[in-house]
Amino acid sequence: MARQSGDVIVDLRNISLRFGGVKALTDISFDVREHEIRSIIGPNGAGKSSMLNVINGVYHPQEGQIHFRGQLRRRMEPHHAAEQGIARTFQNIALFKGMTVLDNIMTGRALKMRCNFLQHAFYWGAAQREETAHRLKVEEIIEFLEIQSIRKTPVGRLPYGLQKRVELARALAAEPHILLLDEPMAGMNVEEKQDMCRFILDVNDHYGTTIVLIEHDMGVVMDISDRVVVLDYGRKIGDGLPDEVKNDPDVIRAYLGGAH
Amino acid sequence: MLYREAGQFKSSYAEDGRIFPIRQDRIGFALLMLAFGVVVPLLANEYWLKAILTPVLIFSLAAIGLNILTGYAGQLSLGSAAFMAVGAFAAYNFILRVDGMPFLLALALAGLAAALVGVLFGLPSLRIKGFYLAVATLAAQFFIVWVLVKFPWFSNHSSSGVVTAQEVRILGYAFVSPEAKYVLTFAVVAVLALAAKNLVRSATGRAWMAVRDMDVAAQVIGFRLMRTKLLAFAVSSFYCGVAGALYAYTYIGTVEPEGFNLDLSFKILFMIIIGGVGSILGAFLGAAFIVLLPILLDNLVPALFGDALGAGFASNLQLIIFGGLIIFFLIVEPHGLARLWQIAKEKLRLWPFPH
Repeated sequence: MARQSGDVIVDLRNISLRFGGVKALTDISFDVREHEIRSIIGPNGAGKSSMLNVINGVYHPQEGQIHFRGQLRRRMEPHHAAEQGIARTFQNIALFKGMTVLDNIMTGRALKMRCNFLQHAFYWGAAQREETAHRLKVEEIIEFLEIQSIRKTPVGRLPYGLQKRVELARALAAEPHILLLDEPMAGMNVEEKQDMCRFILDVNDHYGTTIVLIEHDMGVVMDISDRVVVLDYGRKIGDGLPDEVKNDPDVIRAYLGGAH
Repeated sequence: MLYREAGQFKSSYAEDGRIFPIRQDRIGFALLMLAFGVVVPLLANEYWLKAILTPVLIFSLAAIGLNILTGYAGQLSLGSAAFMAVGAFAAYNFILRVDGMPFLLALALAGLAAALVGVLFGLPSLRIKGFYLAVATLAAQFFIVWVLVKFPWFSNHSSSGVVTAQEVRILGYAFVSPEAKYVLTFAVVAVLALAAKNLVRSATGRAWMAVRDMDVAAQVIGFRLMRTKLLAFAVSSFYCGVAGALYAYTYIGTVEPEGFNLDLSFKILFMIIIGGVGSILGAFLGAAFIVLLPILLDNLVPALFGDALGAGFASNLQLIIFGGLIIFFLIVEPHGLARLWQIAKEKLRLWPFPH
């Protein structure tokens, strides 16, 4: 793979996050470069999801700094992160269960829509034009992820693998600069995983989206990542190219246990 | 086979986004509007217009209001009647105190006043959810009625607290007859129902449903919870407020604050539960069901049993049957009459073929 990674887009410095007395993250620093696929791995409870939550403003770390595109980011709410072009999927699917696939994906475009609710109430005119314009973009994504046949199905009725795909579609609808994927392949069979890998690589390639990926399948991680950061008990124990990380004694110890 | 959709293709996204994508539905709906807007007021007798059709429309409007808040935005509320009271008394005072206030403007202002109060009582929704929020809106219910009773200014110092709605006059025409009042109600409800349908099928509605289904994900996408929830409270209360004003002006004529009690709030809640939570059509079906069923039972029970039961027992029996039917409907179709209608339509698309 000859992907070109660019400048540092997210720079995390000495991040510490506590919930009461529980230290979820301790003094973690790493960076994400533009256009790369950056994986975060680690055993369960290592703080991987907390890390994503810090990046997109759901959690606010007590210590440390986040530089986004070279600018220091003060305390920021999730919708600010969304406005800056950070989209994500969740470990436990967080789709809007009562809505159709199409509506779910349309919500991803919310920040790009400008009409107010009075225009919506009137509908004909500006609101409808806007709706149609965004529908075109959404249809492009639906085609890209090969979910045309289910666009009018309520997401609650879909099987797990497809729900994961719809969630990816919803995140993509925002045309994000950075896409945070929290275990996009958990619970999938081999074929579904292959599909998902293909989509992730295509997104990275086609749209140039920077991807931060949490995944447990080491085969997948080593195959598609540009760089990997390893967490264990809220600390960073490894960071580097997949091959470097794979052979790092600390990483092997965290995953397999040390010799006694 | 009743529905022949064959040959109807959608060739643009605008067509795909229609309220009634199937031609038969559009024709059917136009006929329905014509029937209720023109034929009914010409043919129906005074009792039907006054005691059944007008209140069904008004309650439908209130139910749409509650459905926007509870069904679409997922915020449980027990204060609908109070917001209706705000609307009714606001309209009364606007017309009373402002010279030459046009009725329709007063109606809109009444809605806005209710919206304002709704936003105020919606503030707790930013911190609490579900049943706890319901209790907070219960406070709105009691507080608003208390304020309207406590300060006689609202009822223009009427000694009994009862106010009599002024004559409704639009462009010099006085809406006095039941037919005229019905048509006015019908027009207002039709316009507002269409606006509600447009809201819920556009980005605003999606924002409400997103917050309802999964608020963390909604936030991460970029929705602002506060703005979205408070807008739902405002729009919902606006609808309830207009419904309250219509209730006073085109339905009962004389209102007192205690008329808008918790019972009425529950009644509206039942309407959306039975009609269908998260459905505009459901608001109409639910309102019709709740208004018509007691009347039906009123006529049916004496017809079936005669005087054999005695008046007291007969009226209790009606309540029992009413409650039993509600439970029955909820077991058969927990998603309400609107869903039942939807299923029936899907079946009719194929009938009489199995696939």
